[in-house]
Amino acid sequence: MTGALKPLQGKKIKKVRLPGISQILLYAMLFAIAVIQLFPLYWMITFSLKSNSEIFGGNPVGLPGEWLWSNYSKAFIGGNVGQYFLNSVIVTGVTIVLTAAISLMASYALTRMVFKLKGRLNALFILGLTVPIHSALLPIFIMLRSFKLINSYAALIIPYTAFAIPMAILIFSGFMASVPRELEEAACIDGCSVYRIFYSIIFPLMKPAIATIAIFTFLQAWNELMFAVVFINDAKYKTLTVGIQSLAGQYTVEWGPMGAGLTVATIPTLIIYALMSKKVQDSLVVGAVKG
Amino acid sequence: MNDKKAIILFLLPALIMFILVICVPIAMSSYYSLQDWSGFGKGDFIGLKNFTDLFSDGIFLKSVANSLVLAVASVLIQLPISLLLAMVLAKGVKFERAFITIYFIPVIISTVVIGQLWMRIFNPEYGLLNILLRSIGLEVLTNEWLGNPETALFATFVPIIWQYIGYHMLLMYAGIKSISTDIYEAAVIDGSSWWNTSVKITIPMLKPVLKVCVIFAVTGSLKVFDLVYVLTGGGPAHASEVTSTLMVSTIFKGNQYGYGSAMAVFVIIECFVLSMVVERIFRRKGEG
Repeated sequence: MTGALKPLQGKKIKKVRLPGISQILLYAMLFAIAVIQLFPLYWMITFSLKSNSEIFGGNPVGLPGEWLWSNYSKAFIGGNVGQYFLNSVIVTGVTIVLTAAISLMASYALTRMVFKLKGRLNALFILGLTVPIHSALLPIFIMLRSFKLINSYAALIIPYTAFAIPMAILIFSGFMASVPRELEEAACIDGCSVYRIFYSIIFPLMKPAIATIAIFTFLQAWNELMFAVVFINDAKYKTLTVGIQSLAGQYTVEWGPMGAGLTVATIPTLIIYALMSKKVQDSLVVGAVKG
Repeated sequence: MNDKKAIILFLLPALIMFILVICVPIAMSSYYSLQDWSGFGKGDFIGLKNFTDLFSDGIFLKSVANSLVLAVASVLIQLPISLLLAMVLAKGVKFERAFITIYFIPVIISTVVIGQLWMRIFNPEYGLLNILLRSIGLEVLTNEWLGNPETALFATFVPIIWQYIGYHMLLMYAGIKSISTDIYEAAVIDGSSWWNTSVKITIPMLKPVLKVCVIFAVTGSLKVFDLVYVLTGGGPAHASEVTSTLMVSTIFKGNQYGYGSAMAVFVIIECFVLSMVVERIFRRKGEG
């Protein structure tokens, strides 16, 4: 009997072998870092639903004792967050559409058409990736001022689009180079015009690349601060980043509505990330790897 | 295809935007930087005087030093943390994807939101940091983190460095994953430990990615604006001033358009030169 039991015991012991101390430490570290990375968001959402007495008093990090949704109505009505949100949606939306359209057209010409300056133009756009926006801040401000465009959506859409174009061209061109030309050649033989080929063949094939560029451009435009601070001071056109700064000036002592504003500004990003985290990560990394 | 009309039509919108908003402004900035100009009326051409003035301007030099400190801190603190995380995660742990997804979150959140949150973490009366210190009996260490000139710079740099750990981690992780597994298998058969394998194989093979990370960390530090602007605005008494915040206040608060443009030109040259230096260092290491 003992003889029959022994191998079984041996197996059992092997199966329930405790992980080593180093394994436990490793996972403890990984979880601790995960908590650190998530904590500011958790804290933001919880304090957006608390009263000052809870935030400052006995319950700074717990779940709200009483869920104070009125912080959100304060942020929207008193703090103008709805307007800022709408402005951000308009500016970001138009920037994405313009960037994608303009860059797709340019990339098509740069990869599929034959002309003299092609190599130089490609190099020029790549060089554009390295230009810091600092160098353009004052000149663009002066141009916008002379065209009376300070305090308008265009004041942000134009520079956001221009600065997104080099990266978008890089991504589109890389993507197009990997698409076989047979379809286009067949269409060409059938007498399809360039414009028709672009619209009916290239555009549908480029949808995954368009998604990457849309995400990349969204994050750039939605989060941009320097241009927005300098070019916009009229509340009617403030985007969320500048708007949040005004909100902070308005609610210096009351943290709840401020937290609500911050949460509203962050939710679209979080939704997009929750739905396609891999795509978001790739869109931010692809440029670095290629450039 | 060489239909001239089509080529022009397809390229024109991108070219117009690019030239008007990126190329022309660089030329304009360079031109302004040679002038004494308040932004209204006509400026006076003064040659390189703005640049020579910069180098005897204590506040400007301090801002450059601060940006350089940030660059060094990013390379020596941020990148090693990212590298360690990337190596651990790429080795294959449970919930690998979940950890990556979570670690990356701060990268995509708006810097303004991050700044406003950290401002409240650092708040002297109600901030979490001081509450934590008080609750564990370290009352002596509590501080007016962002308001005290001695700690403002340090406190501003913590969130800046923290925010992009996940970004560099992901770049390095992708780099490690693309290293051929054959090499690792050979190392494992030879009885090489994980640490040994990492030092002798992973890090050397990762050099191209590490170079990109170092360049991004350095140029990113030299250009940093958002978090400093939100957290301290460069204060108190320029303690946490960086070149970008100083440039913006010089131009738009001080109305010194020429002088501020010289700062902009300085940042461009500084980024370019330091990128070249990093390239050179990596190239030499690659040979040796």
